[in-house]
Amino acid sequence: MNFKREKKEEEEGTSVSIYSNLEKTSVLQESRAFNESVINPRKCTQILSKILYLLIQGEQLNANEATEVFFAMTKLFQCRDPVLRRMVYLGIKELSHIAEDVIIVTSSLTKDMTGKEDLYRGAAIRALCTITDASMLQALERYLKQAIVDKLPTVSSAALVRSYHLTFTSGELVKRWVSEVQEAINSESVMVQYHALGVLYQIRKMDRLAVTKLVSKLTKSHLKSPFASSLLIRITAKLVDEEELPTDSPFFDYLEAMLRHKSELVIFEAAHAIINLRKIVPRDLNPAISVLQLFCSSPKPALRFAAVRTLNKIAIAHPTSVTNCNVDLENLITDSNRSIATLAITTLLKTGAESSIDRLMKQIASFVSEISDEFKVVVVKAIKSLCLKFPRKHGSLMGFLSALLRDEGGLEYKAAIADTIITIIEENPEAKETGLSHLCEFIEDCEHTSLAVRILHLLGKEGPKAKNPSKYIRYIYNRVILEQPAVRAAAVSALAQFAAYCPNLLSNVVVLLRRCQVDGDDEVRDRATLYLQLLETDKNYILNSLATSVVVLESALQEYLKKSDFRQPFDIKSVPEQSIVAAAEKPKSLPAVTAAAQKTLANTRVDQAEELKKVPELNRLDLGPLFKSSVKQMLTESETEYLVEVVKHVYKSYLVLQFRIENTLADQLLENVKVDLDLPEGFQQVVSIGINQLRYGSGYAYVVLSWPEDIEGTFGIGIGSTLKFLVKDCDPDTGIPDSEEGYDDDYVLEDIDINLSDQILPVSRANFGAAWEELEIEQEETYALSNATTIPEAVKNIVNYLGMQPCDRSDRIPDGKSSHSLLLAGLFRGGVEVLAKAKFVLSDGVNLQLTVRAADENIASIVTSSVG
Amino acid sequence: MDSSLLDPTLYIVKGMVIMDNDGNRLLAKYFDSVNFPSVKEQKTFEKNLFQKTHRANSEVIMLDGLTVVYKSNVDLFFYVMGSCNDNELILMTVLHCMYDAVSQILRKNVEKRNLLENLDVVMLAMDEICDGGIILEADPSAVCQRVALRGDDIPIGEQTVAQVLQTAKEQLKWSLLK
Repeated sequence: MNFKREKKEEEEGTSVSIYSNLEKTSVLQESRAFNESVINPRKCTQILSKILYLLIQGEQLNANEATEVFFAMTKLFQCRDPVLRRMVYLGIKELSHIAEDVIIVTSSLTKDMTGKEDLYRGAAIRALCTITDASMLQALERYLKQAIVDKLPTVSSAALVRSYHLTFTSGELVKRWVSEVQEAINSESVMVQYHALGVLYQIRKMDRLAVTKLVSKLTKSHLKSPFASSLLIRITAKLVDEEELPTDSPFFDYLEAMLRHKSELVIFEAAHAIINLRKIVPRDLNPAISVLQLFCSSPKPALRFAAVRTLNKIAIAHPTSVTNCNVDLENLITDSNRSIATLAITTLLKTGAESSIDRLMKQIASFVSEISDEFKVVVVKAIKSLCLKFPRKHGSLMGFLSALLRDEGGLEYKAAIADTIITIIEENPEAKETGLSHLCEFIEDCEHTSLAVRILHLLGKEGPKAKNPSKYIRYIYNRVILEQPAVRAAAVSALAQFAAYCPNLLSNVVVLLRRCQVDGDDEVRDRATLYLQLLETDKNYILNSLATSVVVLESALQEYLKKSDFRQPFDIKSVPEQSIVAAAEKPKSLPAVTAAAQKTLANTRVDQAEELKKVPELNRLDLGPLFKSSVKQMLTESETEYLVEVVKHVYKSYLVLQFRIENTLADQLLENVKVDLDLPEGFQQVVSIGINQLRYGSGYAYVVLSWPEDIEGTFGIGIGSTLKFLVKDCDPDTGIPDSEEGYDDDYVLEDIDINLSDQILPVSRANFGAAWEELEIEQEETYALSNATTIPEAVKNIVNYLGMQPCDRSDRIPDGKSSHSLLLAGLFRGGVEVLAKAKFVLSDGVNLQLTVRAADENIASIVTSSVG
Repeated sequence: MDSSLLDPTLYIVKGMVIMDNDGNRLLAKYFDSVNFPSVKEQKTFEKNLFQKTHRANSEVIMLDGLTVVYKSNVDLFFYVMGSCNDNELILMTVLHCMYDAVSQILRKNVEKRNLLENLDVVMLAMDEICDGGIILEADPSAVCQRVALRGDDIPIGEQTVAQVLQTAKEQLKWSLLK
């Protein structure tokens, strides 16, 4: 015991190594020793490693310092000490990107690379390639080609690995070494084989036929290196996936055969590859899953981790296939590696039945405090998907979540829990009241401002619609008294929502808001004053908040300022409203995420508009603000020589068709490429912008049409289109045409569909009723829907057809109801507001009563009569 | 790419680090300029990594979208980083190679002081294991052979007095500990 302590003290005494307390300037000073006439290898090695150590610690050298050290280092080539020489290589590599004139060592390195000392050659090649640029490489080509087929594995590997790096910068050059690389694949050395396969694939990967050949040759031979096998598995899997080969193809057989390889590394790689194929069916999954099941009970943590991680992934797409492993997974719940335990739990949650949930939740609760936040988030997400799957279990799950909320945790973790609760509230009306009260309790003691603000916003939106809104007021007002300014401001906004929505609470809330007017913070006072004012004059403004996105509004305001004509006031109605297509596509995503998606969508619209403005011909036309851009429509089959996609950009009085044309033939040059349209009545072509020259690759052509006066003929039509161009044969590598002669050709494309939904932008109305009352022109029509047999199907069809946004979550239909009301909101091209109420009744088929209100009678009647 | 198949690339290793038991880096090499554009990001990541791994010795952890395999001995921690979708077993092979090579270089005496004394050779070994993210060699004895182990071939005359004393002290200590 005594001895041990002494030993420890002694160690601490001596642990002051040469590397502690290093200083850059003194080390650089020491490096002068490199210039001495007789070199002391030990001393110089130590100085070099000190310099490298400093660089590793994050010390920066400026170009002068680096160049000085670099040149001093070149002197060390005189010394023949192997370790010193190798340290010099390392130094060269580390300094090559800071120092200047590094090519000075080229000749020394070339000498080492071709010299007799085997220990130097491989490392010299690697150092040499880091200092040479593309122009110098030509000179080295001969040596590198020789090195690739060198009989010494170190040399061959070094040359191959460097060639691999080079394929990304000088691909053409490396392509010329293909025969040497091919020879290297047959090398005895396992690493050379692996590197050669990597380089060969990198060279060939654009040429699918060559890859197929390579794979079919190599899958028959036996690769000795597990690394090479795993790389070949990846190449094969990619091929199977992209070509959608059937499972009885020899390539798939190869993947399956690799499940019986003797190396675990290869087996796992094969299982992973099979599981991640897109077209896989459960029957073909089974062999891979049983392999992973075996791995679950391996003594090696990494193997168990790999297996569980992969099973967890399959459980998303094929939960039933994983149920066989449930017993093994349950054993892993108590694994000492918490990462493995957590993955096991979440996998079980995905595959588990309703009955086992309570038991699992208990198990999770027992260890949740021990795992890292990152994994807690994973668990919370699993619980979320569970809530959506088994809505009846919301009671116990919600209880569990609120217990988690009370525990310690970082912002990300708390946000994930709050998100989950919010999602449950939105998905499951029964859980709403309990969820809201859990959240209320949480904000009582919430240290994260951003989260508190979000929850207050939600309370303001959902609270007034609850059975007993007044009970939330106390929670919200407590925030006003206790919290910091940002939260107080959010609380004021939430209070105003209550006042505007619930007339019976109005007078009480006004009293509270008056008190907020004496708050110490500007923002809080301003908000209170604003809301008090609005409550007296225009309540709807509180209920339906600003509908345009900030980005769009900003650019509109800038436009306005640029015009510097202020006789007319800025009209907010001229700003296009924010569309919520993204939100509609992903109704299940979190509110936070959809908010982000909405933002990006609004931004993409600005981007799109900016993008179009860059085309000078289009810019010359005064198109006005972009109203809506459609999704892409393919006008050709996906395997043809020319691929054409169209995006419809809708403006108030114009329709811009943007064609993305791709030439997939490397040996053809297309000239004067344009799209001819067969225009329906009423449409007029304003301008057609073609592509002068289209090499292998893609380009954009545009056609601008003006909308007909009469809206009646602007939807439900197809515009016939033909691609016209002049073909010239050319050299596939250089792209230079073989002759000036060419011939005209055309290519018939599919019709471009123009729908009503192209001209309607979905917008949200937080308070549909208020917006509805504002509009007066009304049209009504009744239909029997032929194309739907159930109400959910009919609702989906109508939403898609009209392209409007369902409001108040009326697109969610409770099970087993025989009638349903759907509320829709949208903006017609030019910014005319359109609202619709659709009543569905299930009798023999589905009957629909559609009531449309719009600011324009014409539009109201068109929308009403278009269905059917 | 929408499928989660692994891309057939040779770039596997995103980083290799050796830390001491206070979480300070002794050696570090990163090959991922997207996740780790500068030393600042690397050090933040290492701090986080060390916090999560220095107590539980459980071989593998997922952190910040990366899979990290690790191993520790006395006062040294060895880490190898890779993409979170990648084959953990390949990363394990690299880790084992790194650890075993270092262990051979340090004559099974894997601890910080000894490592620092042989830092130059260990640097060379790391360079031989991985080149720019590509696994160059995974066999520890091949790695040691390539770094030209200095070993006994240094004549006693070229060692300093302190080094001789150090070696003697070391040997004495080991014989006592046995």
